Amino acid sequence: MTIEELERIRVEVNQELAARGEQAMPNGELKPPRPGEVRVVLRNCGQINPERIEEYIARDGYFALCKALNMTPEQVIDEVKSSGLRGRGGAGFPAGQKWLFARQALAARPAPADGAPAAYLICNGDEGDPGAFMDRAVLEGDPHSVLEGMAIAAYAMGATQSYIYVRAEYPVAVEHLQTAIPQARQLGLLGKNIFGKGFDFDVDIRIGAGAFVCGEETALIDSIEGRRGEPRPRPPFPAVSGLWGKPTSVNNVETLANVPQILLKGADWFAGMGTEKSKGTKTFAIAGKVKNTGLIEVPMGITLREIIYDIGGGILNDKQFKAAQTGGPLGGCLPAKYLDTPIDFESLVAAGSLMGSGGLIVLDENDCMVDVARFFMDFTQDESCGKCPPCSLGTRRLLEILTRLTRAEGTEKDMQTLEYLTENISMASLCALGQGSVNPVVTTMRHFREEYEAHVLDKFCPSGVCKGMFHYEIIADTCNGCGACRLKCPDKVIKGAKKEPHEIDLANCIVCGDCYKACKFAAIAIRPGPTPRSRLPNL
Amino acid sequence: MMTLTINGKRTEASGGAILDVAKANGIRIPTLCHHPALAPQGACRLCLVEVKGMRALQPACTFPVTEGMEVQTDSPKVRAARKFVLELLLSDHPQDCMTCEMCGNCALQDLIYEYGVKETPFAGDRHLYPLDDRDPFILRDMEKCIRCRRCIRACDEIQAVNAITMINRGFRSKVAAAFDTRLQDSNCVFCGQCISVCPTGALTEKDSHGLGRAWQIEKVTTICPYCGVGCTLDLNLRDGRVIKATSNWNDSVNRGVLCVKGRFGWQFLHNPDRLTRPLMRSSLWREISGTEGTPAKYDGFVETDWETALDTVADKLSAARTAYGPDAVGILASAKCTNEENYLVQKLARREIGTNNVDHCARL
Amino acid sequence: MTNSIDDLAKAKAFFVIGSNTTEQHPIIGAGMKRAVRKGATLIVADPRRIELARMAAIHLMHRPGSDIALLNGLCHVIIREDLHDKEFVANRTEGFEEMKALLEGYTPARVEEITGIPAADIQKAARLYAASRPAAILYSMGITQHASGHAAVMAVANLAMLCGNIGVEGGGVYPLRGQNNVQGACDMGCLPAVFPGYQQVANPEARIKFEKAWGVSLSDKPGLTVVEMMNAAHAGKLKAMYVMGENPLVTDPDLQHVEAGLKRLDFLAVQDIFFTETAALADVILPGNAFAEKQGTFTNTERRVQLVRRAVEPPGEAGSDWQIISAIAGRLAGDKASWEYDSPAAIMAEAAALTPQYAGISHERLEKGGIQWPCPSPDHPGTKILHVGQFSRGLGKFSAVEHIPPVEQTDAEYPLILTTGRRLQHYHSGSMTHRVAGLNTLLPEERMEIHPADASSLGLADGDMALIESRRGQVKSRVQLTERIKPGVVFMTFHFPETAVNLLTIAALDPVAKIPEYKVAAVRVKRAE
Ligand SMILES: Cc1cc2nc3c(=O)[nH]c(=O)nc-3n(C[C@H](O)[C@H](O)[C@H](O)COP(=O)(O)O)c2cc1C
Ligand code: SF4
Ligand code: SF4
Ligand code: SF4
Ligand code: SF4
Ligand code: SF4
Ligand code: FES
Repeated sequence: MTIEELERIRVEVNQELAARGEQAMPNGELKPPRPGEVRVVLRNCGQINPERIEEYIARDGYFALCKALNMTPEQVIDEVKSSGLRGRGGAGFPAGQKWLFARQALAARPAPADGAPAAYLICNGDEGDPGAFMDRAVLEGDPHSVLEGMAIAAYAMGATQSYIYVRAEYPVAVEHLQTAIPQARQLGLLGKNIFGKGFDFDVDIRIGAGAFVCGEETALIDSIEGRRGEPRPRPPFPAVSGLWGKPTSVNNVETLANVPQILLKGADWFAGMGTEKSKGTKTFAIAGKVKNTGLIEVPMGITLREIIYDIGGGILNDKQFKAAQTGGPLGGCLPAKYLDTPIDFESLVAAGSLMGSGGLIVLDENDCMVDVARFFMDFTQDESCGKCPPCSLGTRRLLEILTRLTRAEGTEKDMQTLEYLTENISMASLCALGQGSVNPVVTTMRHFREEYEAHVLDKFCPSGVCKGMFHYEIIADTCNGCGACRLKCPDKVIKGAKKEPHEIDLANCIVCGDCYKACKFAAIAIRPGPTPRSRLPNL
Repeated sequence: MMTLTINGKRTEASGGAILDVAKANGIRIPTLCHHPALAPQGACRLCLVEVKGMRALQPACTFPVTEGMEVQTDSPKVRAARKFVLELLLSDHPQDCMTCEMCGNCALQDLIYEYGVKETPFAGDRHLYPLDDRDPFILRDMEKCIRCRRCIRACDEIQAVNAITMINRGFRSKVAAAFDTRLQDSNCVFCGQCISVCPTGALTEKDSHGLGRAWQIEKVTTICPYCGVGCTLDLNLRDGRVIKATSNWNDSVNRGVLCVKGRFGWQFLHNPDRLTRPLMRSSLWREISGTEGTPAKYDGFVETDWETALDTVADKLSAARTAYGPDAVGILASAKCTNEENYLVQKLARREIGTNNVDHCARL
Repeated sequence: MTNSIDDLAKAKAFFVIGSNTTEQHPIIGAGMKRAVRKGATLIVADPRRIELARMAAIHLMHRPGSDIALLNGLCHVIIREDLHDKEFVANRTEGFEEMKALLEGYTPARVEEITGIPAADIQKAARLYAASRPAAILYSMGITQHASGHAAVMAVANLAMLCGNIGVEGGGVYPLRGQNNVQGACDMGCLPAVFPGYQQVANPEARIKFEKAWGVSLSDKPGLTVVEMMNAAHAGKLKAMYVMGENPLVTDPDLQHVEAGLKRLDFLAVQDIFFTETAALADVILPGNAFAEKQGTFTNTERRVQLVRRAVEPPGEAGSDWQIISAIAGRLAGDKASWEYDSPAAIMAEAAALTPQYAGISHERLEKGGIQWPCPSPDHPGTKILHVGQFSRGLGKFSAVEHIPPVEQTDAEYPLILTTGRRLQHYHSGSMTHRVAGLNTLLPEERMEIHPADASSLGLADGDMALIESRRGQVKSRVQLTERIKPGVVFMTFHFPETAVNLLTIAALDPVAKIPEYKVAAVRVKRAE
């Protein structure tokens, strides 16, 4: 492959595409960009046929690789460093810096005698975060952008072999990669002596082991080596001793998909977006009580309010915003006071949360924060690999206490124990899963302490979520007797004549909540105390 | 050489993990998952220390020292974290020290004692596993397992067998053979390496249960009586009887590693079948003494005393030699006996009988 | 063994022939597995797919009794492809040209015919061995227990020298010794032709040395080996025997013959810790001590002399073996005082003074740890690797050795080859290991290994009882169908007296080493009703 040939394909296919006309490619949940969005990573998704390398080339594909190969690896690293690109997999480590570390580690050791690769690049497409699917969108919709990013990264750090580790639950992504890799090889964009520059590079696919923790880079390396994926302590960092003990750079899909654009448009262009320390764009997967859910890509520094109200269209049913959970199960819940904080890596951490991979769940007044904490803890304790006691035993104890709290069995001592546990688990756990597992608890306890206290002291769930910890009452003054609740009640325990205030027969109410949802006039209130039939059986 | 500070004291080191440098400076850092014969893995979090500039505490067993590093190994923060880990471990432990085989030799018990963890603040689920006594030699009490994985690593790194692994995740994770079968049904070779590194009562020598606690045992270092590798092992004695054989990590041949015969093959020593008195063929006894004698437990033999036995052997050998010449006598020495015994036997043959008819099963 | 156990970790390649190391020398086997996992190359030659074969770069499944042909074939390829260490061969060896001439005939094609290994595999193995240096060769009874065992040992040495693998760390030849103190018993002169320290009885100088030390005149006529003694007993020429701690009535070949021989003796004394099969034929049985009751030394397979410490009191009146021997010898000498030793340490002092290799060894020194002989003086640290820089005889000699077919060939009547060996869980005749309950649980009985193809033509299913017959005897054994074994070959151990495989084996001896051919006997197998 030469630049001329690449150019020829670009021109040809662009003509062909023009002839074909506007024809969006189907791409799952990805909707057309909304005002406020800036698409860098997602720019080709839904725009090109991901199974045709020519269409990627038509949109400047592999020109960045050609450009990179005309630079020295050091120059590539400098370019990416000055762009300010940070890892999108969660921790936000500067990508260029990581390659530099690997490159230095590689230089410091003798070349392997057995002819095995001296260093590796791994693209992390495990995306185990429930609710996050940005990596999938890119892998399915624009696999070549990831491959090109990988080739550039590998050139910069000094790797000749790489693996792309894809979650087992992403068969389409795997399929598209299985199509894309041979296509790139066919055109000489992977393989030996790429662009005649003496650079050899190839990619193999590895299918994930199906555990959240396998997305953690050291566990992922174990998993590729064929062992049970469990995090190892760092140092040594993978950049120094990673896959098969060789210098290894692990980079996230989204991180790598940014790289060709940076090379093409320049570091300054990229650094022109975002905040002081967080440059470029970030994808978010918005879910929960918001009108427009789905995948978005926005510049760093945007506020939660802009995301939720401008792009997301506001809270569902125009209810009250309560909190935004960012960063997935290891992130935290941010209350309304953070709505106007510009979002970047630092500000989220300062607020007790994380950027994570970009999960964003919007919660409203009917979400119980204790239950939200319990929900995430249920996930993490189940996903804990079991290697270190603070996490494997600690998250279990946290879950047990949170479960008690949501079953009206909590005590004040439990509150102290929760604090004791969270403080120490984050301090003593081996990996970021254990360390971060406490964030949902810590942030909800910090920002919604009164909800915890209501659960413990009054055995009351003010949001009306925890069974047996509240009942409904129809407010006579507000009720206009429309009868919607009466019609919905499955046990027929609501009485009242038309146009007259209704009343719930508490002795027989099972607190299913159908009436509450049915009332259009906010005439049903949540009150402390269970009804006889809503009490939970003892465990 | 680099300079670092441990607990305010400046010291020099050429590299290595904090744990080793501290040890070289006389500072003990508690450990559970660490074992000198195994690669460190930083799992148990008992060796956590404060490293200046790091938010989270770091495991001393894996964290390498660097120039200018400042480490606190016993600060209140560090002690609190260790105590926390111990409280967690205790919350999932049967607390059976009274009858536990490892009492007095248990790393967990020692640390619980040192950190004064009288009770755990965490009430919650505890693993309940039946005692696994399906296999010979190795008793597995997984309720006492702290999941330090030393056993798994020994089976992998030392023995290269990989009979056992972790199954399940998180709280439910458990050390087991694949599909949780008996060890006999796995590729386990019953070397007992896993027992030798287990810090708790989770893996113990089945045949030694109830026979003696660590402080009641005297150890004598000797050599395995089986194959030609010549492994060093420690015989554990109580009341003058062998009750167990254990690894001796200091020797230079096997470095603490034993095979099934060396570690578990000692029971024959105290077998009631052992010969305890000289015996003589009844017909021979009759010929010598003219009496019937005391029948031995083997047909056709009577018990005799040492004087008679030795005299008879000497007389008979000498008679054969006199009658038929020295080469009518043959002596078999033994590849099982000591050098000293073998030296004497060939000397007996050559010097007293006058024959070179001395050999042994050298070729087996 | 030229090198040390520790040294194996430094080898870049291993060639294991005739040694099921993970079962017979488990600690060495595990060490090798670790090294292979870290990247060392493993070449295995064995008629059975032993555990090591599973991780080997190549497994050569040769016919029992074709070791020399295989080794010669490997040397042939190495020389033909010019892969040998020319500098080592030129400077440190002699006899290369003669050997080269003889090896001409061992082309891969011919070797394929003899061994049953495809010629391409022979070439591949030769290249693998030659490509990795240092490389260690490990062998055991699979090489030696043949009528041609001594020649096979020389063929092994040829291969090692050819690639300069002698006298270097991580290289060397490892003849793995079967029992805990075979090495020591040989060192101490418990062999018919040599005094302690391998000093020939036929050598006047050596004899004079011992005559002086012992104050008597000594015989210059090499004595009989075990098998020869049994033959002599059978022939009525040997009249009395003294057996210390051995059980030839299970472990020796052709047991019917052994039994008849022992029964013909006028007198048999047995010194042992259990009432063994051999003891049952004795006139006097002297109860001895087990290892844990002894003070003394064992010498392991790497020539390391190690202290055995007394841990427990012997049961009942069981006596110290050294005291028993002294007491008998004293009586024979008519001068008990000349046989009075203070302790085993004193015996070692006497032995060391007469054994050059042990000259620097004393119990006192051994308290601090074992010492590898040669250790010529009290300040010598011992010798980890033999033949560094120079062979003991000066130049290493290549010995041109021809393939010698096994004494007994299969024929229509006895169509299968029986080869024997051991398993991990038991030891020898089992007098010790059968008294360890757990070992019996793990391996309760003999199970003859037979290839499913052979079994099916014999109508045998896994677990069936079979009758195995040779020209010398018959035994019954349960069978285990396994692809681990080569078709046409069956495998049994000698651990179970009730399945005494040595009723079948042949007492054919190697002319030099006098080792019986345990590894090849022709047998026929049928279902036992
Ligand atoms: C429990 C856990 C799960 C993780 N899962 C992922 C994942 O699915 N994808 C990912 O890219 N990074 C994941 N990471 C982060 C990786 O460890 C690593 O930091 C990242 O792949 C580095 O790439 P980046 O620098 O491009 O962000 C996870 C980390 C933890 C602790
Ligand atoms: S923190 Fe949790 S996931 Fe991470 S190593 Fe420890 S147990 Fe495993
Ligand atoms: S394992 Fe240790 S702590 Fe547990 S019961 Fe036994 S002695 Fe006590
Ligand atoms: S006995 Fe040996 S082989 Fe078996 S599990 Fe333990 S370490 Fe592994
Ligand atoms: S069995 Fe013992 S060694 Fe193995 S993980 Fe449990 S406590 Fe550790
Ligand atoms: S422990 Fe096993 S390997 Fe070691 S000497 Fe004894 S029998 Fe041989
Ligand atoms: S000893 Fe360091 S973490 Fe276990």
